[in-house]
Order: sequence, then structure tokens, then C-alpha cells
Amino acid sequence: MNFQIVMLLGQDGITNGAIYALLALSILLVFTVTRILLIPQGEFVAFAALTMAAMQGGTPVRLGWLLLALSAAAMVMDIHAAWRRDGRPAVRRGSVLGVGYAAALTALTTLVPLGDAGVAVQALVTMALIVPLGLALYRVFYQPIAAAHPLVLLIVSIAVHVVLVGIGLLMFGPEGARTEPFSDGGLRLGMVMLNSQTIWVVAVSLGLILGLYLFFERSLYGKALRAAAVNRLGAELVGISPELAGKASFALAALIGSLSGILIAPITTIYYDSGFIISLKGFVGAIIGGLASYPVAALGALLIGQAESFSTFWASSYKEVIVFTLILPVLVWRSLSHHGAEDEE
Amino acid sequence: MFAKKLAVSLLFGALAAGAAAPADAQVKVGVVTSSTGPIALVGIPQKNSVPLLPTSVGGQSVQYITLDDGSDPTATVAAFKKLITEEKVDAIIGPSGSPNAMGVIQFAAEAGVPMLAPVGTAAVVLPMTEQKKWVFKTTQNDDLIAEALLAHMEKIGIKSVGFIGTADPYGDNWLKVFGEGAAKRGIKLLASERFQRQDTSLTAQGLKILSASPDAVLIAAPGSSSVLPQTTLYDQGYRGKVYQTHGAALPDFLKLGGKKVEGTILAASLMLVLDQVPDSHPSKKIASDYVAAYEKQNGSKPATFGANVYDAGLLLERAIPVALKGGEPGSAAFRGALRDALEQVKELPATQGVYNLTAADHSGFDERGRELITVSGGKWTLVK
Repeated sequence: MNFQIVMLLGQDGITNGAIYALLALSILLVFTVTRILLIPQGEFVAFAALTMAAMQGGTPVRLGWLLLALSAAAMVMDIHAAWRRDGRPAVRRGSVLGVGYAAALTALTTLVPLGDAGVAVQALVTMALIVPLGLALYRVFYQPIAAAHPLVLLIVSIAVHVVLVGIGLLMFGPEGARTEPFSDGGLRLGMVMLNSQTIWVVAVSLGLILGLYLFFERSLYGKALRAAAVNRLGAELVGISPELAGKASFALAALIGSLSGILIAPITTIYYDSGFIISLKGFVGAIIGGLASYPVAALGALLIGQAESFSTFWASSYKEVIVFTLILPVLVWRSLSHHGAEDEE
Repeated sequence: MFAKKLAVSLLFGALAAGAAAPADAQVKVGVVTSSTGPIALVGIPQKNSVPLLPTSVGGQSVQYITLDDGSDPTATVAAFKKLITEEKVDAIIGPSGSPNAMGVIQFAAEAGVPMLAPVGTAAVVLPMTEQKKWVFKTTQNDDLIAEALLAHMEKIGIKSVGFIGTADPYGDNWLKVFGEGAAKRGIKLLASERFQRQDTSLTAQGLKILSASPDAVLIAAPGSSSVLPQTTLYDQGYRGKVYQTHGAALPDFLKLGGKKVEGTILAASLMLVLDQVPDSHPSKKIASDYVAAYEKQNGSKPATFGANVYDAGLLLERAIPVALKGGEPGSAAFRGALRDALEQVKELPATQGVYNLTAADHSGFDERGRELITVSGGKWTLVK
């Protein structure tokens, strides 16, 4: 084990850790605002990576159909909700727009070959597919039970995850895929070669974290989301719609998830069910942050990335065991230092 | 005109119904695959191959009942019990996964139903026990493939090898079989690293192998997971020989690996290099017909896993006429006779090679069941 190996492992750990940190942040965001543990977060990652790969490989992009189906379901539910509220069915403009948007995007991805459109366009189309998918998931599965006990929300999350993995198999097939790197080459720092994709991952992650910070600190919507996270009832009383807060947090989570997927797709082979294990490591990071603190969660996720990288070098067979065992001392420490403060839920 | 057509089709319909009338004596075969779940890449081509299996053997019609176990060994047990007690099948083809197969051997043996397992691990038929007598395996044993790779290593003068395998029974068995063979030939195993199919990075394993600097590296992983270790090694600057097992023998390997897998050596059945093997090879025509039929039906070329199920059908096609002398389909006597007949199959050419089954060897492949293949110019090429 020499300096060069340490640097390479560290670089690997930072690349993965940055992705885990992004996922930890979005899991934390969704949890604090809606009390939903977003288990399907990983599916955003896998679906984004596989959609990119499908565009580049010239195979049919089927994600639009899922979005279309969910948007249509959301519209039906909106009509039904209006019926129960006002005694007559009414169509909201938003839900019609949603279905129209999904139909247009489905047509675009099915009819126009995007194989040569360039990485930037493909990434944009992918995010344009996944972000409304997050919205539709919230509308269809979570909004009707938004006030339920967190345990119920957790169980629904698991169900949504299992269903999405199954749909993923139908849409993308059982084989793994990977995409073209954004740029070739790399940057030489002394004796260590920095991989270009690592630089992309770190730069985009930092940019996104900065963007989130500005959004939450400076913008009205960001402050409203934070208010909903701090006290749901209080936020509702001062006029912040919990529905809007839920949808906004899901859209953000889907955006972060799809970006993560697009970033790691060139580094590794992604399968239709790869998302879960990746987001699970983000989740461990969020747990280290006590499901409350953003900076600690991000640091925790980076730590997971490093622990994973170095433990793989020493004992590759026990890697997952070591990474997930890390959560135990953290939980023990937290439960000893917080005397049941979280029991109120 | 229409009335005439109608009359003709009615007549044919009646004839067909008449022919199918003694259907109560037909042979029933259960098929259990993992067409969903983590090993769906194995199960889907297997499920798609079922419609290509022989539907009429020795004057008996054969009915196939297909179930999915979702890659879950518990569900495999449930599927086997259902097939045995409710459907009263005469034989079962499946399941797709090695752990799934290990869990159902005792149920097949207790009920006396021959089981044709298209799984990778040799543990389902070796060492032979009273229960495993009911199990037949339609894939090449790992040691047959390992032997071909080791012989090639010895030929080109490789003295030391690094090993990267999946942390599952597939990787375990390869490490064991390959380690033993390498020791016998005086090839040193310098490092052995493991990974999970879903790992996002294999940098650490690659570095470990690189720092041991072996002459060659063997990667033992099923399906497209075999690609990432090799591309990682390539990116890290490793330029020694890389060997792959028959787990890598699928079209996606080339698609995912691109120019980074150029020069890979692997041993597998002839399916990848069908157009290059001489016409005299006993499997060539059968395999070509299977690939063509599969492609016509599904629009894509089958992975080898599907051919393993097809071979099970060919074994049954050979054994059922013999077994019919032993009893009526649906009876215990018939199932016992079927097992005995399967064990007697000799020189049966199939898609994967030529089967010569014996009481001790329920896999029955010889060197005609493997070809040494390399990647050259982005295509599978037979090593001459």
C-alpha cells in the first residue's frame, strides 16, 4: 500500500461518496418535509442511467409510457377528488397539462432517435422525464395518505419501490448498461491521474449542493419548504400548502436522483435493480446525520464512500458488511446522547 | 365460399379435437424459471425457449406448464410442490438459479420426479447421492471449462494468475475448481478478489490485482457483471491476458466492453461462434436451428441460458419413448423409467455439445461441449 494506491482509493471513495451525499440530501429533504422515507429514490438513479443508455444504444426508450400512465392516473384522481369535494367532477388545468406533457415527451422519445443528439441533450431529456415522474409518484401514491403515520408511509414506500423495480425490468430488460463518458482524458496532478468523470461528479455535486443551499436560504419557496419541515401544522396555518411542499420535495428528489444516475452511468454498469443498494448507502449517510442535519448527512455519505473504497481493498468479500456495520456505532451513540427526544412521532 | 371455408375449418377443428382426445395420457412437464428478480437475465431466455420445446414425442403429446419463481428459492420450492402435487408432472425443467436448484433437489427426489436443471453449479449433480440421482444438469461443469482455460494458459507460458470473482456460489466454485487445477499445473494464484454484481466501482479490487502483477487475470462472473472488472483493469493500465468463464458468453459482453475487452480468452459452448465451427461438429446444425427459431419468435438472439433449457427438451425427447415401455405417463412407474432412460442417454447431440450420461455423471459433456473463443476485432472468434 503506497501513496499512489491511497490516492486512487481516495479518489474512488470521493466519486462514490459524492453520489451518496446527493442521495442522502434528497432522502433527508423528502423525510423532513413529508415524513416519507423515500425508498424508491434509487429507482430515479437507475431509471435515469438506463434511459440515457437506451438513447445512446438506440433501443426504445419506454420511460415515457410509465410517466404517461402515472399522469393519467393522477388526472383521474384529481377528477375524483374534485367530485368528492364539490359534488361534481371537474378537470384541473394542471393535470391536463401533465398528461399533455407526458404524451408529448413519450412521442418525442419514441419517434425521434436521440442517439446522436449529444450528452447534454440526452441528459436534459432524461431529467425532463424523471422529474415529473417524481411529481406523479407523489400525487398518485402519497398525497391521498399524506397525513398517515410514518410507518404507513414507509410501507407504501417499500411497495412503490418493489413495483418500480418490476416495471424497470419490463422497461429496460435484465441486462446491465453503461453510457459514454462525458469527456475523455483526465487531469494529471503530480503522480496521480484524476479521472475526468470524477471531476464531473465532484463539480456537479458541489454545484448542486450550493444550489440547494441558495434555494433554501434565499428563495421564498425554499423557506416555505423549510417551514413545512420544521412544523407541518404551523406551516399550513400560515398558508403553505402541504400538497405543494410534498410535490416540490419529490420533484427535487427526482431531479437529484436523475442527476446522480446520469453522473454514474459512465463509470459503472447499472442494472434495473441497482438503484436500491446505491440509495441505501445514501440512506446510511442520512442516518448518520440523524435524519435531521444536512451537513452531517453529506459528511456521513462521504465517509461511507471512503469506508467502502478502502474496505474493498483490504477485504473485498466483506465490503458490504463493513459499510453497513458502520451504522451500528452511530445508532448506539445517537441513542445514548439523545434521551428519546425523537419519540414524539 | 365463406361457408365452405367455415366447414373446412370446422372439420379440421373436429379432427384436431379428436386427435387431442386421448390427452389424459399425455406427458406433462413442469418448467420453473426465474423470469423476474435478480437473475432474470438467465430466466428470460429460458422462459422464451419453452415454446420451442418438442410438443409431441413417441406418439404422445407433451404439455409444458411454466411457472416463475421470481429468483426466490422459497418460491422455487412452492412452484415445485405445486407442479408435483397439483399438476402431477412427469418431469421438471428448471429452476434457473443454483441456490434455487439446491433447495428443491430433496422434493424432486422424494416425489420421484426427474429434474433437469439448467444451472451453473456442479454441486447439483456432484458428489452423486441417493437424492441427486433424480437430477440431471444441462450445462457444462465448471471444471470442464476451467481445464480448457488452464491448458491455454500453460500453452502460452503463463506462470501466475490473479482471480476476480463474484461473491456468490458461482465465484466460490470457480475459485475452488480453478485454484485446484492451477496448483496441479504449477500456475501460481497470486490474488483472489471478490465483488457484488451491483457494485458501482471495482477500483480497489483492480488495484489489489495490479499490485500483485500476475501474468494473467481470470474473471469469474455471470452475465454482464463480468465486464466491469475487465474494463476497470484496462483503465488502470493492466495489459496482461484476461480470461473469462462461460458466464461471460453473451452478446452484451461485447456491447458493454467495447474495445477494452479485445483479446479476452474464454471457453464456452459453440453458440457464440456458430458460423466458424466446421460443419462436421455434431452440435452445429441443432444449435443453428435453435438460434434461428428463437430469433424468429423473439426478435433477438438467445443467451446460452435458453439453450440449456432447449437441451433439456432434447434429452426428454430421447428418453420419453424408452420410458413409455415402463409405464403410462402420469404414473410413478413412468417417472422411474424416465429417470433410468435419461441416465442411459448416449451420444445425444444438442445445442451445447454431446451428452453421454452415466450413473455417475449426470452432466455428461466432453470436450465437444466447449470451444476456446477470443475477442478479435470486436467479434467472437474461434481460437484455432
